[in-house]
Amino acid sequence: MPVREMAKVVSNSPVKPGYYLMELDAPKVTEEAKPGQFVHIRVGRTMDPLLRRPISLYDIDKEKGILSLLYVVVGRGTRMLSEIEAGADLDIMGPLGNGFWLPDRATRCLVVGGGIGVAPLLPLIGMLDQAGLEQKILYGFRNANAVVGIDVVQEKGWPLAIATDDGSVGHRGFVTDLVKQAITDFKPDYYYVCGPEVMIRNVVWLMKEANIPGQVSLEARMGCGVGACLACTCKTRKRTGGQQSVIGGQLSVAGHEQNFDYSLVCTHGPVFGAGEVIFDD
Amino acid sequence: MTRPNLAVNLGGLQMKNPVTTASGCFGFGPEYAPYIDLNRLGAIVVKGTTLEPRLGNPGVRIVETPAGILNSIGLQNPGVDHFISKALPYLKEYDTPVVVNIAGNTLEDYAELAKRLTAADGVAALEVNISCPNVKKGGMVFGTDCFMAAEVIRTVKQHTTLPVIAKLSPNVTNIVEIAQGVAEAGADALALINTLLGMAIDIHTRKPVLGNTMGGLSGPAIRPVAVRIIWQVAQAVNLPILGMGGIMSGEDAIEFILAGATAVAVGTANFVNPRATMDVLEGIEQYMEKYGVKDINELVGAAWK
Repeated sequence: MPVREMAKVVSNSPVKPGYYLMELDAPKVTEEAKPGQFVHIRVGRTMDPLLRRPISLYDIDKEKGILSLLYVVVGRGTRMLSEIEAGADLDIMGPLGNGFWLPDRATRCLVVGGGIGVAPLLPLIGMLDQAGLEQKILYGFRNANAVVGIDVVQEKGWPLAIATDDGSVGHRGFVTDLVKQAITDFKPDYYYVCGPEVMIRNVVWLMKEANIPGQVSLEARMGCGVGACLACTCKTRKRTGGQQSVIGGQLSVAGHEQNFDYSLVCTHGPVFGAGEVIFDD
Repeated sequence: MTRPNLAVNLGGLQMKNPVTTASGCFGFGPEYAPYIDLNRLGAIVVKGTTLEPRLGNPGVRIVETPAGILNSIGLQNPGVDHFISKALPYLKEYDTPVVVNIAGNTLEDYAELAKRLTAADGVAALEVNISCPNVKKGGMVFGTDCFMAAEVIRTVKQHTTLPVIAKLSPNVTNIVEIAQGVAEAGADALALINTLLGMAIDIHTRKPVLGNTMGGLSGPAIRPVAVRIIWQVAQAVNLPILGMGGIMSGEDAIEFILAGATAVAVGTANFVNPRATMDVLEGIEQYMEKYGVKDINELVGAAWK
């Protein structure tokens, strides 16, 4: 059950220019949190900016009740978030959304992240590790300055390969190059992906070609975060049987003529089965 | 000391207090049940409901504006039959009247919606949406034409025994005329105001941000417009008013009530603060206590009476 909590900011520091790591003392939200979920944050106390900001969970320390958020400053809201100092109280709602789930049968998982989209993958990687699944982690970034979220992965010795557009770190090129290679070398039987939409779309296409199932974590402009405003939609394939439910914040509407639904990223997602999502060209 | 009276009667809809939810801003109820006790609401106005399921508009559906938001959801909803079979049983568990916001493409749609919802056990009133700016057919077209607005209300009244609340659009030259028209057609109450038609352009892509180009502006940015309209309509039309438009606090609600609203609906505030309805209710109570107001009804229109 999600809650609203006044979390205490333990730390909020830049890890790279424009990228920040915030630690929150938020025992109630942490207790319920799962990999792939997010919190909805009120970044200021005034009416402008008005809406909360959804930020994914980068680390979930259930023992200490501490949540970590790795985020990038993209606009006014995240700029204000970056200016909040340790010791401040922060109004958060969470945990929200449906997180990642373990595959039924798979043994070798490919975990693919791009840019700040690597943030929600860290708890997933931990979950896969605990479940004893073999995994290979492929991250793509613009350049060396944009490389974030790799410290824990490296510390734990999890197998990681990086691609950068300019070759300043790792493979020169796109992460999809590494994905192609991994399909041959690593022979994954499942995958997870989070990052820019174009990257997700390309990874999903490659994996579909190779007939490998997986999960995608999406982003969308969000209003309420709880399934009430119906703003953060993505196109998904029609659910079988035309089942619709409005209880528990779920609402998906079967169209008459169209062969898709508008699902909500906040409550149906942010994690979807890769086959569910329809990406527009 | 006796507790002050918070109960109001909105055109036949008995509410234990004047605080309800604005349609489209509270889903069908369960979305906010983790955050507030739905029993404490004066009423719940649910998401706009149409005869058939609607997919709604393509994204982008929301954009933040100064102290507000623009939305173009396009009445995405699962249809009235699904509402009656799946959402209503859940809502009936609460001791809070359920108001269903209805929207149609044609007069026949409104008639059928009114019939089905009146026959369903558990609906306390109908809020007739003739003001949605985000749909191509019906919607605001009905609400900006005095004759059509009255026809819709007349049709709904013919097919229901429930109180009928006409939700009007502010996107008109003279809202008082429309209010008078729907009053003559038999509306039991008015809901003021729906969103203001607005637009945002992304200066980097040089294209409109919303998938539907234009959208409805809500939030604190529109509050002065809503207060003005309630002030004008309340003095011209003898119908109770459900006031809405950027109410974030008890103080805001009191302003609407002083302008002439009998009850208030909390909309966009829910997205910012999931306890907004409760904060508004508690703020109203504190105001009444501070000024020794024994009955909330004493304040309705007190700014001009």
